[in-house]
Amino acid sequence: MTAQPTADPALDRSARTAPLLAVRDLTVTFGRGRREFRAVDGVSFDVAPGQTVGLVGESGCGKSVTSLAIMGLLPARGNTIGGSATFAGEELLTMSGNELRDRRGRDLAMIFQDPLSSLNPVVPLGTQVAEVIERHKRVSRGEAREQARAMLDKVGIPDPTRRLKEYPHQLSGGMRQRALIAMALACEPRLLIADEPTTALDVTIQAQILALLKELVQDSETALVMITHDLGVVAGLCDEVNVLYAGRIVERAGRHDLFARPRHPYTGGLLASIPRLHEERGRLTPVPGSVSDNIPWEQGCAFAPRCSSAIDVCVQQTPELVPDPGHGPDRLLRCHNPLPAPPTAAGSGQPAEEETP
Amino acid sequence: MLRFIVRRLLQAVLALFVLSVLLFAWLRSLPGGVVSALLGERGTPAAAAELRAQLGLDDPIFVQYWRFLERALRGDFGISNGVYRGEPAWDVFVQRLPATIELSIVAMVIALTLAIPLGYIAARRKGGWLDTGSVVFSLIGVAVPVFFLAYVLKYIFAVQLGWLPPSGRASVGINATHITNMYMLDGLMTREWDAAWDAFKHLILPAVALSSIPFAIIFRITRAAVIDVMEEDYVRTARAKGLTARTIRGRHIMRNALIPVVTIVGLQIGALLAGAVLTEKVFAYQGIGQALAIGFERRDYPVLQVLIMMAALIYIVVNLLVDIAYAVIDPRVRTK
Repeated sequence: MTAQPTADPALDRSARTAPLLAVRDLTVTFGRGRREFRAVDGVSFDVAPGQTVGLVGESGCGKSVTSLAIMGLLPARGNTIGGSATFAGEELLTMSGNELRDRRGRDLAMIFQDPLSSLNPVVPLGTQVAEVIERHKRVSRGEAREQARAMLDKVGIPDPTRRLKEYPHQLSGGMRQRALIAMALACEPRLLIADEPTTALDVTIQAQILALLKELVQDSETALVMITHDLGVVAGLCDEVNVLYAGRIVERAGRHDLFARPRHPYTGGLLASIPRLHEERGRLTPVPGSVSDNIPWEQGCAFAPRCSSAIDVCVQQTPELVPDPGHGPDRLLRCHNPLPAPPTAAGSGQPAEEETP
Repeated sequence: MLRFIVRRLLQAVLALFVLSVLLFAWLRSLPGGVVSALLGERGTPAAAAELRAQLGLDDPIFVQYWRFLERALRGDFGISNGVYRGEPAWDVFVQRLPATIELSIVAMVIALTLAIPLGYIAARRKGGWLDTGSVVFSLIGVAVPVFFLAYVLKYIFAVQLGWLPPSGRASVGINATHITNMYMLDGLMTREWDAAWDAFKHLILPAVALSSIPFAIIFRITRAAVIDVMEEDYVRTARAKGLTARTIRGRHIMRNALIPVVTIVGLQIGALLAGAVLTEKVFAYQGIGQALAIGFERRDYPVLQVLIMMAALIYIVVNLLVDIAYAVIDPRVRTK
């Protein structure tokens, strides 16, 4: 355990806007002994009401596990959770099952990645939306159904009365994701966690779903945690972005800052690997290697073996997450040899090109 | 839904037709043929020729098959030449069917009420002592031959302890009115409680023996299905909604886990019919299983014909009902 919660500058920030969700030094470990694997390793971040915070990284970086740990949805056995996650001042990680059940669906809600498998195939859509209303609001079954209908309407599902009786397999992918959003937002939660909500959808539907989420969240001052591997999603939606690598935050910045001036070579690599329509056709620049090349954080920077900017110190000393000099207290960086900050905001793709072998 | 049922009915008719051809072929291929089976030791060539002509065995095979089919459709499978000599084979079947239905229902109820809850609990405590114990127990249930289990049960509970009657369907001296010929049901319907109780006591041992294989298989399918379903994303969604444990179990886990269970229940009707032959024989329980066992011993071909044909029909009809039930619980089947 090398994270230092006391040194976390996020604490300073929380004094300005009281966070709804405050995650501090969250660690999740699977297995034990020699087969132990730390999926989340000292992650801290805040989400204020109405704010959208992104957790970005490739598969296996710990972003989904972070969200499941906050929601209390990790399997009961086989994992150890450390640190703290408070919601409106209440600790979620040590809360009893019953207390947590009362909050899930009402105060904290979640949207999942694969809309088809996340919906129960043998229960009508209406029941799946109404059951969460019935559970958390003191309303009759008929009233819950009426509210479910209104909710389906609100998320843009046409002919909601008919859809109430239909089953998930009768809906298109986009409609299914809208239905999942309707379920998550049915009780007007104060915090919504969206785990890759557009990954299973095609591009035009992705844009629609993101626009819908943005609209619903802005209307209701809902705090949104957006989990994605897709920086395009981040660009359109997030106020603040946390880039995760191997279970730790490696860079935190405001959306514009991050796109204009990526400082961590991994962030730069992610940005360079986005296909751009207006640029000349050429080969995409992927981040070389895979997470299996990582070295343990204890021995240096986990990303060092894949990093083209790596220097000797990167495999000798663990980098700490500290404010990036000259970028204010909100911009954090965990890197010994960051990408140079370009003089103008135009060169978002520039630094990454240095990585091209 | 109606189209689905009609299509399945047509499939059932086709299956029965194929079965009738097989049954017909089986009768033609009997060692020595029907004639020697009928005449037995007394057969002379002259008598055989006369009987062949009388039975129409000299006609072309298609004519013979058509005659067989036409009679079968009228319920005419011939006259028993075994223990029930002189009785129409069809009547033997009709008189004994209710007994087997009653036995099978009680056996299935025992299997289901034990196997489904136990399967769920075992799945939730996968790897625990209760799970391991149940799995071993169900393995024994499948592995032990039904007739052996029947004898053991009979020896312990009827012969040694004397708690339950060892054989038959009713005790001597019980005066009961029979409406459906399902004795327990009749007793309940006519409020002859002592008759119903007596019939129930006669049912317990054969029903328990008969339930062993369906129990073991339904238990294992339920356990496996619940383990699979618990891993599903929609169960996580249900938990993320903060639903109560009861709603998650009933609406989200069991409604999905029961889909494979329903299929297997239909298939187990076959096991029940096969098991009934052995169980009814051991407990001298007068159902179609016992009639079939005796029919084989006595080479009572008319009785065997009707019993096999009707067993197949029952199996097909029950599976049709199961498919309909399947469509009721799984909407994906309905709209395909």
